[in-house]
Amino acid sequence: MPTATLLPLAVAIPLFGAVLLAVAGRVLPRTGCDVLATAVAVGDVVCLALLWPHTHGVATAPLGGWPAQVGIVLAADRLGAGLALLAACLVLAVVVYSWRYFDEPSGERAGVFPAMVLLFEAGMVGFALTGDLFNAFVFFELMGATAYALTGYRIEDPRPLQGALTFGVVNSFAAYCSLLGIGLLYARTGQLNLAALGRGLAGHRTDLLVVTAFVLVITAMLVKAAVVPFHFWLPDAHAVAPTPVCMLLSGVMVELGVYGIARIHWTVFSGPGGVPDDAFRRTFLALGVLTALTGAAMCWQQRHLKRMLAFSTIGHVGLFVVGIALLTPDGTAGTALYVAAHGCAKAALFGLTGVLLDRYGSVDEPGLYGRARELRLVGVLFVIGALALAGLPPFGTGLGKGLTEDAAGHGHPWLPAVFVVVSAVTGGTVLRAALRIFWGFGETPRPRPGEPETTGEGEEPEIRGPRRALPPMMVAVPAALLAGCVLLGCVPAVARALAGGAGTFTDPAAYRAAVLGPAAAATAHPGTPGPVPDAWTGAGVLLGLLSAALAVALAVLATTRPPTWHRAIGATARGLRRLHSGHLGDYLAWLALGVAALCAVIAAQT
Amino acid sequence: MGPWPYLAAGWILLVALYGLVTSRNLIHAIGCLAVAQSSTYVLLLSVGYRRGGTAPVFSDLRPGSRPVVDPVVQALALTDVVVGATVTALLLALTIQLRKRHGTVDPQALTGLRG
Amino acid sequence: MSARARLLMFAAAAIVIGVFYGVASAETPSFGRASHPYGDRAVAASLAHRTANVVSSVNFDIRAFDTLGEESILFGTVLGATLLLRLARDERRRPAASERVLPTTRLFGVIWLPVALVVGVYIVAHGQLSPGGGFQGGVVLATALHLGYIAADYRVLEKVRPLAVLDVADSLAAGAFTAMGLAGLAAAGAFLKNVLPLGTFNEITSGGTVPLLNAAVGVEVASGVIVLLAHFLDQAVEITGNDEPEEAR
Repeated sequence: MPTATLLPLAVAIPLFGAVLLAVAGRVLPRTGCDVLATAVAVGDVVCLALLWPHTHGVATAPLGGWPAQVGIVLAADRLGAGLALLAACLVLAVVVYSWRYFDEPSGERAGVFPAMVLLFEAGMVGFALTGDLFNAFVFFELMGATAYALTGYRIEDPRPLQGALTFGVVNSFAAYCSLLGIGLLYARTGQLNLAALGRGLAGHRTDLLVVTAFVLVITAMLVKAAVVPFHFWLPDAHAVAPTPVCMLLSGVMVELGVYGIARIHWTVFSGPGGVPDDAFRRTFLALGVLTALTGAAMCWQQRHLKRMLAFSTIGHVGLFVVGIALLTPDGTAGTALYVAAHGCAKAALFGLTGVLLDRYGSVDEPGLYGRARELRLVGVLFVIGALALAGLPPFGTGLGKGLTEDAAGHGHPWLPAVFVVVSAVTGGTVLRAALRIFWGFGETPRPRPGEPETTGEGEEPEIRGPRRALPPMMVAVPAALLAGCVLLGCVPAVARALAGGAGTFTDPAAYRAAVLGPAAAATAHPGTPGPVPDAWTGAGVLLGLLSAALAVALAVLATTRPPTWHRAIGATARGLRRLHSGHLGDYLAWLALGVAALCAVIAAQT
Repeated sequence: MGPWPYLAAGWILLVALYGLVTSRNLIHAIGCLAVAQSSTYVLLLSVGYRRGGTAPVFSDLRPGSRPVVDPVVQALALTDVVVGATVTALLLALTIQLRKRHGTVDPQALTGLRG
Repeated sequence: MSARARLLMFAAAAIVIGVFYGVASAETPSFGRASHPYGDRAVAASLAHRTANVVSSVNFDIRAFDTLGEESILFGTVLGATLLLRLARDERRRPAASERVLPTTRLFGVIWLPVALVVGVYIVAHGQLSPGGGFQGGVVLATALHLGYIAADYRVLEKVRPLAVLDVADSLAAGAFTAMGLAGLAAAGAFLKNVLPLGTFNEITSGGTVPLLNAAVGVEVASGVIVLLAHFLDQAVEITGNDEPEEAR
């Protein structure tokens, strides 16, 4: 099938599936809805898999038959299509995972939950494939609106409602900032197509209009990607969303924010009249490192398992931001693989946490101490997931981390250390929890009264009714996801394809030529760099082993002899935690501060 | 008119942000969010204005006889309105349930999630 | 953070943002300028497709994919409200009481409800010609029905709004938009391509698929808004906690 068919189909299939489910769910029994949802999810995976071979360069689909100057064009290179494929695969995993898991409304509303998941998928796929800035805003909001509703799904408990509201208000406000930025760019260039915007900016020098527009447009992506100080909503939302939804939020939605930053920078702002490379590189390297360290430090201090995993996502997002901020094809290629493998591992870990919630009605690390000894298989999978998070070879996370470290180490020899520390701490935290919960390692953790923290006890169980056997899919899906994470690291074709894709992704001229026609490319960046590394290196393997060993050491240390922190470190940690106050006004004040700081920092460098 | 219409949009955004930061009532906060969104309407429509232009509707206007304002931003604003209304509805639904479960709509009284 | 610290932080940030935005506004091409390249292309494209209302042409033909996304947001919101405003475990439904209404109010409703419905249909049907269209007309249709609530009571409103039918209509209209996109793909190889005969300029049948998409959006917005409001009104009127009456909270 031609790309002009496959690209819109990838969005249309889940949209149509959602309609089918909403209508058929009124008459079909629960099983029928599950089968239908799975069929639609499989259909979209197949559609995107068929698209994959067509993405050597940039595959385009002019919608409505209009050229890019007039209408909307969908444009997919390998990284965009790959991210859409990752989203589709995780949606399939989530749909299968929730087959018998969820206490969904029955009767007329049996199809509503899977229909919402499919709409969420349409939003993510549309956002990854669109080549138009305003259209990206629309799909960003589709992704957002469905995610808010899904996050607040458990209406009997006030915390999910609070998390969903914070999520909704902060994300929507950022989206409006973004739209304001789109308005400024439209005023300057009279374009909305990404490639045409990039060309339109080239005719003018970089002034404060461009800087302000850049910061405003990128605000929504920074919030979605949970970059410090725009990240406060994420742990609140991810800790309280139903487990299948968490798998999607942490596994791919947050990463779409990082993708958005990179895509918009490369297509619109990378040329003359945009944001200078050095300014972007320095600013986002700093933001990435700050995010990574904050995420890791906060992750270590959590006892609520989902919140722990949420902060680990923030830590990893920081590393992804570092990867794309290098502005090199090898950094981008490594990050792409890292994102895919991390998505699988993180979704698997959330899925396994769902098993604990299902069995014990709690996701609290001290509360579950030693209680899950009978779930040996789940425990082993949890440990494997933690090691994957730490970047142990041969997991894809290890390869992605190794490639990104290698790329980062060229200009900044200290950056690999950040990668090692952050993956060791996040992996070690999860490992610590696994050792305590599944094996009862060390002594019973002492309560910490008076600390500002969220416990994971007294959760509303996500299923009710008589105790039944553990649905096999709740273990099979995380196991399959972890296997996927290994495959990403072991099948060289994947890394090679992504390396090729990164070359196209970081070449605005290729994108412009594909979208606007060959004549349009004349003014863009010259030259294509050499081959992009795509295989394990000795250093990569060693650093992966090092961070995994550090993770194990940290976990064992934390369980056997609870650390006595230096007073200064303890105070810093408590202060950092106190900033995560759960207060909406605080979060928006931080957002404002972030926008102001970015404006000032980027303007100072242009 | 100089840059005043654009400045008005920025002012509306900042006013809304002030409201959001200091809000003691979630309904008020959601209202502020709607105000923030209206800043985008103001900016989009003023960006599309053409001096002496009329509405881009040719049912009673011969094409080419008069300048028309930019129709694209109007369509964008229309899309934006629907997006904003729906998101507001969702957030209000969440607030209704939160009020039932928590007995308050004051964001400063919500302390379930921190650390 | 204390309220004071938060306010100070906001104030500092707002001043910086304000300065940057202010300078950016000064550098933005001046208000009312003559050059609108995309707008001019859109006008030409709309006239080429014989659609008199260019805004409708942008929404339903040139950039119809935006509208597809936006209709999906509306559809998702209706589903989301169905989820969020469902009956919680400890709640039950209590039938609405009938209420006394002044005869003049009732007369107002009886006269205006049909008028408002006709206006709504007119606005949807003429979207490709004159200002209006699926969104605007759909909202008029939805509010028209709620005259039944204002001029009578909730029981009357429940009679005039068959929720199950409207719920299905909302879904089907959302599906119809996607289906028309797929029809364009099948017939002409481009998703959402305007494949129908374009008709005569400034007639109600002009614009090809624009009137059809307009109608689909009209149905979706009207039924979607009614269903959405129904969930909210149910919360206010019919749903109470298990043991305590709503008023006592």
